[in-house]
Amino acid sequence: MSLMDKRISEIHEQLHNGELKVSDVVGESISRIKEVDGKVHAFLSVNEEEAQNQAAALDEKLAGTDERGLLFGLPMGIKDNILTKGLTTTCASQILSNFEPIHNATVVENLDQADAVTIGKCNMDEFAMGSSNENSSFKVTRNPWDTDRVPGGSSGGSAAAVASGEVLFSLGSDTGGSIRQPASYCGVVGLKPTYGRVSRFGLVAFASSLEQIGPITRTVEDNAYVMQTIAGHDKMDSTSADVEIDDYLSALTGDITDLKIAVPKEYLGEGVDEGVRESVQEALRELERLGATWEEVSLPHSKYAVAAYYLLASSEASANLARFDGIRYGVRVENESSLLETYKKSRSEGFGDEVKRRIMLGTFALSSGYYDAYYKKAQQARTLIKQDFDDILADYDVIVGPTAPTVAFKVGEQIDDPLTMYANDILTIPMNLAGVPAISVPCGFSEGLPVGLQIIGKHFDESTVYRVAHAYEQATEHYKTRPNLEGGASS
Amino acid sequence: MARLTKEQVEHVAHLARLDLSDDEVERMTTQLDDIIGFAELLNELDTANVEPTSHVLDVKNVVREDERRPSSDREDVLKNAPDQQDGQVKVPSVLE
Repeated sequence: MSLMDKRISEIHEQLHNGELKVSDVVGESISRIKEVDGKVHAFLSVNEEEAQNQAAALDEKLAGTDERGLLFGLPMGIKDNILTKGLTTTCASQILSNFEPIHNATVVENLDQADAVTIGKCNMDEFAMGSSNENSSFKVTRNPWDTDRVPGGSSGGSAAAVASGEVLFSLGSDTGGSIRQPASYCGVVGLKPTYGRVSRFGLVAFASSLEQIGPITRTVEDNAYVMQTIAGHDKMDSTSADVEIDDYLSALTGDITDLKIAVPKEYLGEGVDEGVRESVQEALRELERLGATWEEVSLPHSKYAVAAYYLLASSEASANLARFDGIRYGVRVENESSLLETYKKSRSEGFGDEVKRRIMLGTFALSSGYYDAYYKKAQQARTLIKQDFDDILADYDVIVGPTAPTVAFKVGEQIDDPLTMYANDILTIPMNLAGVPAISVPCGFSEGLPVGLQIIGKHFDESTVYRVAHAYEQATEHYKTRPNLEGGASS
Repeated sequence: MARLTKEQVEHVAHLARLDLSDDEVERMTTQLDDIIGFAELLNELDTANVEPTSHVLDVKNVVREDERRPSSDREDVLKNAPDQQDGQVKVPSVLE
């Protein structure tokens, strides 16, 4: 068994009692990347030398003492839209291909304080816009379960890196499903925290009112360890919430007796593959066996979520991405004729198709004469969608459904049709609009590919989300089935 | 029925500071038209008395004392600038 297949607590124990050194764990992560990343392409850059130096320093630093945090010495991958001081951070875009951050994101700072080791930066859809990783301007990450298929997106590199055992955990960001959908496609655990729970300082902004950074891990327990380290108020992010953080580990009791679950009928209806539906229905039976009860409910405004999301996210993106003009950082394409032409050339050559499309959509929706009809209308739809969640979560502890309507699709299958691609996020977008926390946890296989179960909670109640996910995971142990990268596709 | 014309797409591209090729304008006109057509699904909703939501949490303005504190080093900030001169970011000529 590879070290990378172990749980964080097992590695921690072995580091603690001297059976393992940090250099062993980091070394194994790097050799696994050398072995499989030529097939998976999860990493845009690997920080080999620095990671090994850090490992040696950590081994020395705490030799003979007991002062080791839970993430001490553990190898991690960071999505390439999260700033890492001195480590190139590209957002998988040509326009930032040479960008070296001068400070860390708050989450990276927190993980550094905990002595976790950054192994490298994970591939993604350019500026987190996409559901397949095919919008990366550098390479396409492949699904470790079947390398003809996409890993999902936009945090596809982060999910594939964990699924293929390259790192023990990774960070992704989720604007409309970008942590949960790739976690579902790759058979790993991914949490989108409550909006405001985790600092966004140092996350390159795409849609500021929707996105959150969150952990991707093999197990729910591992996820809770990482979340405990990154959650909390940050004075550098004025939208981060000053709300007490629960002890997530103590929530992992395995007891969900009398828990009330709502199952929206809209989440198991048309457009959801039969195999996905069956896996989720079987999961509901398992949750019942564990003592929970569930009832069918309705979130009547579900069908408006994708439309509202694309207007709002693109509008915010058109404003946020205005900063990339080739002046202060990034790639400048000189045009001596004027400053305006330099902006235009730098942006046109620096951004890929999907990013341009969304900037255009957002600029249109915010432009004079269209603002009320599109942007404001979408914000009003958002109110109704959020109200749906408030109503249901007043009566139930959690909402449960699939994470994505299908399993991972093939590379190239949807890339030419933006609207089909957007529909992949139909079950994950509403939670970003409502700001509620949601996790994807593996719930079996369809066509030999992983299916994700989505568990959604009340604002700031990640504890209950974790409790349900953990109880289900421990009863089913789907996480123990691993992709087989040596022999090609699994199943 | 087309909601968007090529001329509108060209105007929006200018607002967005994008220089699109003829091919891109053509493709973008069709694709944006499709996406906007899809988004018009929202017109089914009666939102006459619905407040818009820009933010899910009840966030207020966050203020701090107006005190001097160190900012990033000039040298650090200029490290990523494509062009610089005398400790400043150099840009193409702004005035004609």
